[in-house]
Amino acid sequence: MTRYLVGRISQAVVVLWAAYTLTFAILYLLPSDPMQLQLAAAGLQEDTLSADQLAALKHQFGLDQPVWAQYWHHLSGVVRGDFGTSLSQQVPVTDLIGQRIGQTLLLSVTAAGVSLVAGSTLAYVATFVRWNLLRVFLTRLPALGASFPQFFVALFLIQFFSFQLGWFPATGTEGATSLIMPVVTISVLASSVLAQVLIKSFEQTLAQAYITTARAKGLSRSAVHLRHAFRNAALPAVTILGVIVGLTVTSAIVVETVFTREGVGKLAQEAVLSQDVPVMLAVVTIAASIFVFVNLVVDLLYPLLDPRISHTRGREYPKVVTP
Amino acid sequence: MTLIADLVEVDAPDPIEEAGGRQANLRTALGQLARKPFFLIAVCYVLFVVVSAFAPRLFTSWGPYDTYPESAVVAPSLDHLFGTDMYGRDVWTRVLYGSPLTIKATLIALSIAVVAGLGVGVVSGFFGGRTDAFLMRIIDVLLAIPGLLLALSIVTALGYGTIPVAVAVGVGIVPGFARTTRAEVLRVKTLPYVEAARAGGASWGRVLLRHILPNSWGPVAVLTVLDAGVAILAIASLSFLGFGAAPPAAEWGTLIADGRNYLVTAWWLSLLPGVFVAVLVLSLNHISKTLQELNR
Repeated sequence: MTRYLVGRISQAVVVLWAAYTLTFAILYLLPSDPMQLQLAAAGLQEDTLSADQLAALKHQFGLDQPVWAQYWHHLSGVVRGDFGTSLSQQVPVTDLIGQRIGQTLLLSVTAAGVSLVAGSTLAYVATFVRWNLLRVFLTRLPALGASFPQFFVALFLIQFFSFQLGWFPATGTEGATSLIMPVVTISVLASSVLAQVLIKSFEQTLAQAYITTARAKGLSRSAVHLRHAFRNAALPAVTILGVIVGLTVTSAIVVETVFTREGVGKLAQEAVLSQDVPVMLAVVTIAASIFVFVNLVVDLLYPLLDPRISHTRGREYPKVVTP
Repeated sequence: MTLIADLVEVDAPDPIEEAGGRQANLRTALGQLARKPFFLIAVCYVLFVVVSAFAPRLFTSWGPYDTYPESAVVAPSLDHLFGTDMYGRDVWTRVLYGSPLTIKATLIALSIAVVAGLGVGVVSGFFGGRTDAFLMRIIDVLLAIPGLLLALSIVTALGYGTIPVAVAVGVGIVPGFARTTRAEVLRVKTLPYVEAARAGGASWGRVLLRHILPNSWGPVAVLTVLDAGVAILAIASLSFLGFGAAPPAAEWGTLIADGRNYLVTAWWLSLLPGVFVAVLVLSLNHISKTLQELNR
């Protein structure tokens, strides 16, 4: 058990390190000229500077060192929690993200919670109803929810609930009501993804022999579905928890941009616009660590939830069919 | 938008083929498909989008950049299906003229995904052992970076435009392809006919090309259709965020983003192009789902 634990945790650390290295390689090694990127981000023109100024700036950005030295410098910084300085705003990236991450976490965690409840309710109702027409409609609903672009859902909500009905503010982060539409936007996609997995799992579980036994005993339909089927069918939902959390985090980029919320997602969008490489690297690293961490926790907890799976065999991944 | 396809594992087709060979199977399959109305509607819509992208003149009499200040911000009508924008440009026409850009980007993204994903998947599944372990660890790492953020990093490094966006989206769907192909190759590799072909003296290369690849492409094809929808959503999201083609050329995402500022007075500028994209993605999803059920 301890051996498994150590192995699994070190595996997560290695994946995270590799993800960081890959992002670093993309941002620093691709054909773009890093010097020009950094000058553009700092709002300077390359041809207005003298050779001496250029060399001084190059030294300041650390670009006069070989790539591996720069990489080592950045990596050792990250381990200490230092992501360098933002090129466009001239403040430490850690401060920049620190100010905004609360806003994004609030949004993502709420959306993940709402998606879990909405997704499992939909899956439960879709497999419970007997009226075939409604059943087909409900099982197809998640595919519909996952087909709409998120920015479209957001704009639709703004048009309808802010401009026509005037119920919620269209933009901003003031008060709890400003959180409702962003959360709904993210939940439409995340709960659709979850519901698709759950409905499939429900259908498989309901075909099991022990369900027939439960029915033959004379249990009511709701008792069979809720007490016998639901618990086993819900297990795949736990395994895709990492995916759901990852979805809610990346959705924040589009959603915060549309609703003008000052979170990390909007920061990422602005960082791409101003080609602010250190900010981008930090955001990717943080998102990847959240994803890897959630997956690690799920992996470690899963055998406790499903005693049929032992640590030696590992868990089986569910088949996720989503757009 | 997320590249959820990374997780997709499409169900394996039934390996037992009925008597009559592939052609007869194809004929029964087509017969079954012809009896599915929603499937036909979806195929027609996708065909319409492709045809109208290459011959927009057939479906509209306006020009994409023609401005008519006197008929600015007109609500949707028979004359202007999707209404007009603040310069009097016909939105329906602009959507149709935006199609080639998005379709081009989607095709580039899918080519990258198919070539790289298929390559990695086949090599990984076929050679197994250390090669497999090594390649799959790389795929794990790619999966650890959320799709949109990976795409944004690539766009940061490559700059804006249709092609960087397409490359970024393509790289994001490689892992899903690699995994599905690998699983299929692994499954087919152990089947008796592969052993029989080997025993009959066929080289591994021949077995791979003649026996393994033709029998494992089914789920990969289903995934390609599904990923076309994913890629369209991803490309639209990236161009919505402002990283797509430069104006006045407008991809679907850019059109929707432009209309955003006029949401109060002219809702059709954003919402109708959005519906156009959503129906396309929904159609592709439905086609892939139907094909998948047929495979089973």
